[in-house]
Amino acid sequence: MCLAFPAKVVAIEESLATVEHSGVRRQASLMLLPEAKVGDYVLVHAGFAMQVVDEEEVRLRDALVAEMNGAPRTVFTL
Amino acid sequence: MSLVETIENLARGKKNLRFMEVCGTHTVAIFRAGIRNILPENVELVSGPGCPVCVTGDEYIDAAIAYAKMDGVIIATFGDMLKVPGSAENLAEVAAAGADVRVIYSPLDCIKIAQENPAKRVIFLAVGFETTAPTAAAAVLAARNLGVTNLLFLSAQKLVPPALKMLLADSAVRVDGFLLPGHVAVVTGADAFRFLQVPAVVAGFEPEEILLALVNLLRQVDEGRAEVANEYKSVVRAEGNLAAQKILAQVYEPVDAEWRGLGVIPKSGLKMREEFAAFDAEKVLPLEIKKSARKTACRCGEVLRGVIKPVECPLFGKACQPLHAVGPCMISVEGICAAWYKYGGLRL
Repeated sequence: MCLAFPAKVVAIEESLATVEHSGVRRQASLMLLPEAKVGDYVLVHAGFAMQVVDEEEVRLRDALVAEMNGAPRTVFTL
Repeated sequence: MSLVETIENLARGKKNLRFMEVCGTHTVAIFRAGIRNILPENVELVSGPGCPVCVTGDEYIDAAIAYAKMDGVIIATFGDMLKVPGSAENLAEVAAAGADVRVIYSPLDCIKIAQENPAKRVIFLAVGFETTAPTAAAAVLAARNLGVTNLLFLSAQKLVPPALKMLLADSAVRVDGFLLPGHVAVVTGADAFRFLQVPAVVAGFEPEEILLALVNLLRQVDEGRAEVANEYKSVVRAEGNLAAQKILAQVYEPVDAEWRGLGVIPKSGLKMREEFAAFDAEKVLPLEIKKSARKTACRCGEVLRGVIKPVECPLFGKACQPLHAVGPCMISVEGICAAWYKYGGLRL
């Protein structure tokens, strides 16, 4: 139920953001995270941005997922 | 040293330790990654009431079904609710018989459905924990601002901290620590769990993040500490999401609530404030629902408290399987029994 995914804010129009992850774009409301800015990574749940995510964490997570999908090892410490 | 080796070293020579996760997404992540199988024998992970669908009672489903059967009503719901059993049938069966039941991704989708169907009433089944409840509250505010008058909310949202308090007071539930739900803590903040008198760690959802949280729990046990640690700092702050908390408190107030299998837990549910009565399905369209206890051998009350394992229920894997489930823990994809069934729990 509480599933959420990190995505990058690429545009904001009033309180509605366009967010992108792996080339997929969706709308996410900023009613619960008014401080989000274009360029931030945000955690998205049920159509709402819930929190700003540390960008380095997103990069690390994406690299780990890439490794699991067969990419060469790039993450050595956690 | 790997995380698993660190866990082995910390657990060596200790009594049997039971750590409880209270998040369906954690339950599934732990099974999918096979974490239970690589832990030392004296470290056991048990699942608590971490799936909001699973703890929703028959009466709520019966009310949703009664609304679905009314003329001019559209039910909007998250997909997880469709097959949860009411006392006689579920929403998927009612939809198959002709009711208008629509699966939505966001509570905001309900506003669009309401605007497109001005002659009908849209009722959103507002189920969820602290993560999801603010999204419903925000949808109420958005509907009010847009002048939408044909959208109602049927509330069954629940709060996690009061349930943990009840579990700790239950002598049948023996836990040495909690893996705290990461996305609930995004909203509540890690500090909301400071009342716990046992080791507790806010955890993320990748296998490494879960192992990291287990290392932290074992270190606390090792050093005799009992505090709330945060191992999901990328999104969880000590104070949580204040804007979400504010919107939630504006629309909802805490109320005593019934949890399936656990009974009534004080101030563990949310009901809409009087100011928003025009959006409250129970106020606008009151129902007379007969309380009808289903007779079943389903032991979800004990499963949800971690008192028994799903395999100890006489129905598990026999009368109760995902395709013909008796209890909600087998139906919800994040249910404890469904996870045991799907990921080889039968062998454990």
